Amino acid sequence: MNKQSNSYTILYIIVLVLVVGSALALTAMALKPRQQENADADKKRQILASVHVVAEASEIASTFDKYVTDQFIVNEKGERIGDNAFAVNVANQSKESAAERQLPVYVCTMPGDGATKYILPVYGAGLWGPIWGYVALDADGSTVFGAYFAHQGETPGLGAEIEKPAFSDQFEGKQMFKDGRFLPVTVVKAGQKPLGDEDYVDAVSGGTITSKGVAAMLSDCLSPYKNFLETLRNK
Amino acid sequence: MAEKVSNKSVLFNPFSKNNPVIVQVLGICSVLAVTAKLEPSIVMGLSVIAVLAFSNVIISLLRNTIPTNIRIIVQLVVVAGLVVIVSQLLQAYAYDVSKQLSVFIGLIITNCILMGRLEAFAMANRPWPSFLDGIGNGVGYAIILVIVGFFRELLGSGTLLGYQVVPQAFYDAGYVNNGLMILPPMALIVVACIIWVHRSRNKDLQED
Repeated sequence: MNKQSNSYTILYIIVLVLVVGSALALTAMALKPRQQENADADKKRQILASVHVVAEASEIASTFDKYVTDQFIVNEKGERIGDNAFAVNVANQSKESAAERQLPVYVCTMPGDGATKYILPVYGAGLWGPIWGYVALDADGSTVFGAYFAHQGETPGLGAEIEKPAFSDQFEGKQMFKDGRFLPVTVVKAGQKPLGDEDYVDAVSGGTITSKGVAAMLSDCLSPYKNFLETLRNK
Repeated sequence: MAEKVSNKSVLFNPFSKNNPVIVQVLGICSVLAVTAKLEPSIVMGLSVIAVLAFSNVIISLLRNTIPTNIRIIVQLVVVAGLVVIVSQLLQAYAYDVSKQLSVFIGLIITNCILMGRLEAFAMANRPWPSFLDGIGNGVGYAIILVIVGFFRELLGSGTLLGYQVVPQAFYDAGYVNNGLMILPPMALIVVACIIWVHRSRNKDLQED
């Protein structure tokens, strides 16, 4: 058979692509459940991190079930519209207009004092790629109890510092409501003050664009929760 | 082939005398990208060894059937397939590392060492020598990655594999981690230092 002929070449590449394609499909299908498990466990770890709970890798699922006693989805009006908050893709939701977003809420009960914390996911853009996080609020819907931030590919040592406790711990005790007005916490350069009178934390030095991304993410993703948080506050 | 080379030299030459990174200067971009910490460097090294060894064997087995005019495409398809499998395996069994390496596993496809070995060696040799050649070049690449990762993590973060190795007493005495070490340019400088030491010890590699 002539190995340089067009028909041989075409046949060869068709067979090769079919073989490689089916091998990949099989691998992907066989590993899918494990990968999903890992991704879910990682998400649970991040949610727990916002309320300062660190669990062993093997115990994340059980710890999550212990702490997170309820989860639901609210809409912009603050009405409950669904139950499975964990399944909501925050990245996709953050592209929708505020009125159409599904807003997940995780209710976390701390075992020590039985205090209720509300964990809200946030998602935005850093310098090189997406950044995201979880903000935990006290039962009054205003005081920040803890925060967790993560990133895909921010510059190590600069923007990537947002994932360190040194940055996220600054949020503790900040208020989302000032004199009855809803003003999400913002991020400004150390030594500066924001234009409004909202609470603020210091930005990461050398990570200006990532820090601005965090501020934009907080404002964009927490603002739709305004009505929900108002109800908590007036309870 | 002009001269017969022994399997032993096929396996061991790329470790030092014909190292893909510090002699042929291939695959530099991944050295810059993944070596800020030691652990991703090791995993990246292992992944490249696996992909290179298996793609060399597969291409070597197919070498007499591959139509010459699409041989690069065939090589790419094989490499891309293997890389996706490695990436899927990492996501399933080493999730944290796969998150750190993110796109760089996928970019093994564009690592010049792979295409170079497939085109230069596997297309012309039998499967067993090709396998050894893949292992040899993969290890040659991994050694450099691990050395660079070792120095960058030690000097940049004061840790190794995530464990603190620089004692707190040093920090109390005024020592600070060199933040520059975790930025990509320092990988180039560390590689250059390795090349310097290597050349000065191997007279036959020195150019006039």
